[in-house]
Amino acid sequence: MTAMGEQRAMPMPTDAQREADRLLTICNACRYCEGLCAVFPAMEMRRSFAAGDVNYLANLCHACGACFHDCQFAPPHEFQVNVPRTLARVRVDSYRAYVWPAACAGLFARNGLAVSLAAAAGVALFVGGFAAWHDPTVLFGTHGGPGAFYRLMPHGAMALLFGAVFLYALVAIAMGVRAFWRDIDEPGAPPADARSLWQAIRDAGSLRYLDGGGVGCMNEDERPTDRRRLYHHLTFYGFLLCFAATTVATLYHYLLGRVAPYPWYDLPVVLGTIGGVGLLVGPAGLLAARERAEPAVRDAGSRGMDTAFLAMLLLTSLTGLALLLLRATPAMGLLLAVHLGVVFGLFLTMPYGKFVHGIYRFLALVRYARERRGGHDGTADAA
Amino acid sequence: MVDLARRYDVLVVGGGNAALCAAIAARRGGASVLVLEAAPKFYRGGNTRHTRNMRCAHDSATQHLTGPYLEDEFWDDLKRVTQGHTDEELARFMIARSKEMLGWIAEQGVRFQPSLGGTLSLGRTNSFFLGGGRAMLNALYLTAATLGVDVLYDAEVVDLAIEDGMFLSAAVRRDGAVVDVRAAALVAAAGGFEANIEWLKKYWGEAAENFLIRGTPYNRGTLLRLLLGKGVQEVGDPTQCHAVAIDARSPRFDGGIITRLDCVVFGIVVNRQARRFYDEGEDFWPKRYAIWGRLIAGQPGQIAYIVFDAKSLRMFMPSLYPAIRADSLPELGGKLGIDGEALAATVAAFNAAVRPGTFDHTELDDCRTEGLSPPKSHWARRIDEAPFYAYPVRPGITFTYLGTRVDREARILMQGGAPSANMFAAGEIMAGNVLGRGYAAGVGMTIGSVFGRVAGEQAARRVRN
Repeated sequence: MTAMGEQRAMPMPTDAQREADRLLTICNACRYCEGLCAVFPAMEMRRSFAAGDVNYLANLCHACGACFHDCQFAPPHEFQVNVPRTLARVRVDSYRAYVWPAACAGLFARNGLAVSLAAAAGVALFVGGFAAWHDPTVLFGTHGGPGAFYRLMPHGAMALLFGAVFLYALVAIAMGVRAFWRDIDEPGAPPADARSLWQAIRDAGSLRYLDGGGVGCMNEDERPTDRRRLYHHLTFYGFLLCFAATTVATLYHYLLGRVAPYPWYDLPVVLGTIGGVGLLVGPAGLLAARERAEPAVRDAGSRGMDTAFLAMLLLTSLTGLALLLLRATPAMGLLLAVHLGVVFGLFLTMPYGKFVHGIYRFLALVRYARERRGGHDGTADAA
Repeated sequence: MVDLARRYDVLVVGGGNAALCAAIAARRGGASVLVLEAAPKFYRGGNTRHTRNMRCAHDSATQHLTGPYLEDEFWDDLKRVTQGHTDEELARFMIARSKEMLGWIAEQGVRFQPSLGGTLSLGRTNSFFLGGGRAMLNALYLTAATLGVDVLYDAEVVDLAIEDGMFLSAAVRRDGAVVDVRAAALVAAAGGFEANIEWLKKYWGEAAENFLIRGTPYNRGTLLRLLLGKGVQEVGDPTQCHAVAIDARSPRFDGGIITRLDCVVFGIVVNRQARRFYDEGEDFWPKRYAIWGRLIAGQPGQIAYIVFDAKSLRMFMPSLYPAIRADSLPELGGKLGIDGEALAATVAAFNAAVRPGTFDHTELDDCRTEGLSPPKSHWARRIDEAPFYAYPVRPGITFTYLGTRVDREARILMQGGAPSANMFAAGEIMAGNVLGRGYAAGVGMTIGSVFGRVAGEQAARRVRN
């Protein structure tokens, strides 16, 4: 009601946040969407919204589209209530706001270009490096048996380079996490407890809120026929399996002294292959879904970012699987360079692209789980 | 593609809950069905798009309902809210049938959830649609499409061919042309005339120009007017409509639920002469909200102002527009465009009449005025804590009571009393049979679902025989 404009200490800093604030006032007076996902109950716990609250709600939204198709005030209605698109815009702005270092905020503006350049630079670096280091007989030679990859690049150099870029990505993401959590959390509130964390892990792991409140999410129109949850599972768990493959291989190398490449039945290859297939089908499905999406619901401005991240995942698995299939042929040298280049680009751009959505959304789910358990509710129940 | 040249088994006119329940039931009964919705696709569904629950009898608590709501209690509630203006046989029939509606509606793809925040008082009796009325409509339309029901939007019925109580065809205006559509049976489910200002003026005069319509501009009552003009027996008081107090700043049409104001009991209500005109604390708000539209319609300019102070600001559900705020009462009056000194005097007189008491908005408390006319019987607290607030309010028309008389097979009765051979009615267009006056939350949807399903089944049966 009333209170919304008056009790806020500071005005919303961005247009998207101001629009979100307008919608939250409408949604809070209506509440029909309360059962669809976590966003609306979280909204009802507040009567006025600070910028951090809006960023929290935006990252809590999984963009299932149900509230757009269920809303009697959605466009063309004059109230123009479009929650998924507005929150998508706030989300992208929030990635920019919490990025570390702050100077990299601009990378989100033309993210497709930035990620493509990083990928191209990664590939060029490795192909160029291999070519400069070796004569063509090594680069285009056929290598077999343990240590075949390291004839092209010494293991120590590979580990150092990827360890460094991975560590950098971790630090940059951690700094963003810190800024986001500070902004959305109530001052003085206890830190996240184990039960809230576990609840959030289950909610994120099952994509509980990407299902339109139970029937499946809506993408093209009001029919809840969308398969995005499945494709996202393939992508996410495919990514985790690939990550597990790399971890196992690292342990093999340092603990057991077993050197890559490994035979096809060995754990790193099995994990990487299954994960790689998931990481092929999942992103392809998500890209196709994005093409079919109802334009009114999507934020056109984040299209480049979505596409870039999905394309990077797709390229990672594609080059990885190609390397697996052709590792005994003269193409191995070049394929290894391309694969390493893509993975390098992926790691380097992780803090500056769509990857961070998973991190912030998880944190929002932790916060939501905690405030649900706390029974935090500021609204009078007036019949 | 919809083929208007063919003769459908059942023609359903309307596009809301009742129409879709009828269409689905008729189709499941083996009939070919065409639905004609006058509104464009986005605005389909009449008042259903603004609903959020339905009231069905049930013998025990369910996943979403907190306790039993037996048929007799439902009947008592209906008798009370209508003050006896109901057809007991039809009403009891509807209540009995409502028990199986929750399951039937769920089978058509509609999903339920526990009562929404701020509606705890309905948690036992009313089943809330997950995602609200438009979500319910989406589910029903999806099911209808899957079953092979044909639907046309922007298709208003502008004339009917009826012979000796027998429906022959409907003239449909579509893309500027008028086409005749034939069918073996008609289900009239096209609602009331609440958005037809000219029609409302017939009973309310120029005051109707100041009414706000809570639903879409497409609820014009065209089909109702056609039927009543062709020998169909009418039911319900034509002059009455369900009118609540909504924010005067709302759009003329389709402001829906978010423009409602639940704060009358916390303050006083004055007209544009800054005078009070009714007991704001007569009874609990859910029992009184529906009289305020008519009360305001009786005031000059059809406008009034709910005035309260800082201590009440957070005691009610938020609404769309912010309250108008001022540091003093004369200033508040100025912002409202009424005489500020007169407002201050009215509040001063009210404050002086307030007796000491213990304020409790959850019960009929002992905070009341003495020696004031009209009195405020409960929840009367001095308005003396700045800042002061006000909401301007106008009558918001939800639905009308005039309708077509039906029997328990949902068959339309002709003047003279004989049932039509092949015309049925369901939903708001016949709600006056069971709801001749007043309202209880969710009853409109019960009427629509129960009689919609009955109408569809009976129409399909009639066609098959």
